[in-house]
Amino acid sequence: MRQRKWFVLGLAVLVLTVVALAGCGKKEENGSGGASPSPSSSGSSSASAGGASALEAIKSRGKLVVGVKFDTRLFGLKDPASGKVDGFDIDVAKGLAKELLGDESKLELKEVTSKTRIPMLDNGDIDLIIATMTISEERKKQVDFSDVYFKAGQSLLVKKGSPIQSIADIKKGTKVIGVKGSTSVKNIAEKAPDATVLEFDNYQDAFTALKAGQGQVLTTDNAILYGMASQDSNYEVVGGTFTDEPYGIAAKKGNADLVAFVNDYLKKLQDSGEYDKLYEKWIGETPMKE
Amino acid sequence: MFDFTILTDHFGTYLKGFGNTAYASVLALAGSFLLGTLLAVFRITPVKPLQWIGTAYVEFVRNIPLLLVVYLFFLGLPSIGVVLDPFACGTLGLAVYTAAFIAEAVRAGILSVPKGQMEAARSSGLSYGKAMRLVVLPQAVKIVIPPLNNQFINLIKNSSILSVISGFDLMFYADRIASDTYVVFSTYIFAGLFYLLLTLPLSYATGWLERRLARHD
Amino acid sequence: MDFKDAYKWVNVEFMLEGFLVTLEVAAAAIVLSFLIGCIAGTLRYMKIPVLSQLAAFLVELVRNLPLLLIIFFTMFALPEVGIKFGIVQSAIVALTVFEAAMISEIVRSGLHSIPKGQVEASRSSGLTPFQTLWHIVLPQGLRRMVPPLVSQFISLLKDTSLAVIIALPELMHNANIVIAHNFRTAIPVLILAAFLYFVVNYALSLASRRLENRMA
Repeated sequence: MRQRKWFVLGLAVLVLTVVALAGCGKKEENGSGGASPSPSSSGSSSASAGGASALEAIKSRGKLVVGVKFDTRLFGLKDPASGKVDGFDIDVAKGLAKELLGDESKLELKEVTSKTRIPMLDNGDIDLIIATMTISEERKKQVDFSDVYFKAGQSLLVKKGSPIQSIADIKKGTKVIGVKGSTSVKNIAEKAPDATVLEFDNYQDAFTALKAGQGQVLTTDNAILYGMASQDSNYEVVGGTFTDEPYGIAAKKGNADLVAFVNDYLKKLQDSGEYDKLYEKWIGETPMKE
Repeated sequence: MFDFTILTDHFGTYLKGFGNTAYASVLALAGSFLLGTLLAVFRITPVKPLQWIGTAYVEFVRNIPLLLVVYLFFLGLPSIGVVLDPFACGTLGLAVYTAAFIAEAVRAGILSVPKGQMEAARSSGLSYGKAMRLVVLPQAVKIVIPPLNNQFINLIKNSSILSVISGFDLMFYADRIASDTYVVFSTYIFAGLFYLLLTLPLSYATGWLERRLARHD
Repeated sequence: MDFKDAYKWVNVEFMLEGFLVTLEVAAAAIVLSFLIGCIAGTLRYMKIPVLSQLAAFLVELVRNLPLLLIIFFTMFALPEVGIKFGIVQSAIVALTVFEAAMISEIVRSGLHSIPKGQVEASRSSGLTPFQTLWHIVLPQGLRRMVPPLVSQFISLLKDTSLAVIIALPELMHNANIVIAHNFRTAIPVLILAAFLYFVVNYALSLASRRLENRMA
């Protein structure tokens, strides 16, 4: 009798282990975006590229791994229906993959949030961050940035008909919604110190909180807000921009060759006029020339 | 490895979060204790429909994640026009969730009181409610205290869920400090110490109570 | 409430995909935390010097901290000291550490529940402490551990939802995405998620009750 009990127990452990292993084998697929038909081999797609030969490491791997947003319309948004991720950042990533490996499908997209992106880059989970990331002095201490690839500025999103039309209307008691770890939360604390700032883990949760009526205003870069307004016509962007948020592509500190390569690519994109087309495709207007 | 300036520079911020965490935990404990006791009584009354309600509540809530309960208040209610602030949503969610576990602890406590006690009380003329309140519950309390204490510890730990919905608790402020300073390791170590300040004394109290009660039996 | 949009097949399929991740991560963490929990619990029961105290310290520490903090710590703080995990690994490691602490307590009290007389009898009949543990204490103790162990596994499965904060694509993460697309799907989507968790967890608790009856 006791023999059988042990057998059953052993079997249960075995089954669980198999399920667990199967799970580990499959997880890479779940993490990657629809843009790349990621190979079934689970492998550790550790994209760590230590030292100077980051570029070589990517080439020999034959795949560029980029951290992008999955929740940001116009920049990186995952459509649950098709499983595809689309947006401005995604197109830039595809272009880079093509430039580097000759094929835009040699790209794996991994979801990052404002909080997870730097740790993931440090971990070697991703080669590059292309995720609406503002170049700031503090961040420069942690990552290496490319040249500016998108000029955004912080703005406000409100429900249509809201009494709040600009940053001056944010008074004591106004609840402003932002995203944890983003520069916009710090800016709003400086520019409207009386406001109560609610913070969420990603833009999607933040917008859901705005829709749920948890706050009156959502603040972040205008480019992202336009995406939200285009998703739900009950909301509009107001008050113009009150900061400059230059977006950069980030690589792990010390990967100078990779950054140089990205900068060359960005310059080519500008010179060929491709950039303007891309901008128009997603933002709906041509970029302002200085 | 430890950056003590995080603690000294942001002590006020930690304290605000610590206060809110303690406040949410105490409120949720009171709420879940009342609701849990009610549910426990429901489950052992001879009235069938009440038994069903009690059992359905406990079985359902025990088998779904706390986060889901909190989202029902935070996202579900607003979608039908009822908006409560994040702190209230989190605290209510905690109370509703913990009530299911407290109901089980209280029920076990009541059932451990010998049946003869209830029968004696009834035959001496007390109503069911009075017999429960005056005779059975006071005896059950002794047995229920250690598991209740455990639930309170869980409640304090679980209150960190408030940070997910911007509920201004300790975890939320720890996130804010970490993203302001970019010092993650020390920030969360200190946050952990603040949690231990709340949970460890309760943990020891539970152990002490258990030993004491065991000795008396 | 928009039930029709919420229960479109693409949405349901997307949530099922998330639930699969939930189950996979939970299964991995269950196996690992059970193994580690058994070792830690036995170490403390056998009172093996140094190791026993070390286990006691770690268990007490972890048991008194929120899981959310442990997940954050694994994902965001450990890289600062050179220990790096991806999202799925972070979730599994954090869940394993947290639940192993709980399981070790279950194992320890399960072993302690075996009357001392049996241990003494077995020892005096010449069995080594290890043999006593393996042949006398463990088989009986395990029977008493089944219900609390299963309810701990249920907790673990529920706790997997906390990995939303590190963007693990599990059920609650995917539910959030569906809700974000159409806010009026919030209640139906949450109901579906609750149903999925409930079915698996309730089945587990029924199985545990049956097993308990069979063993008794």
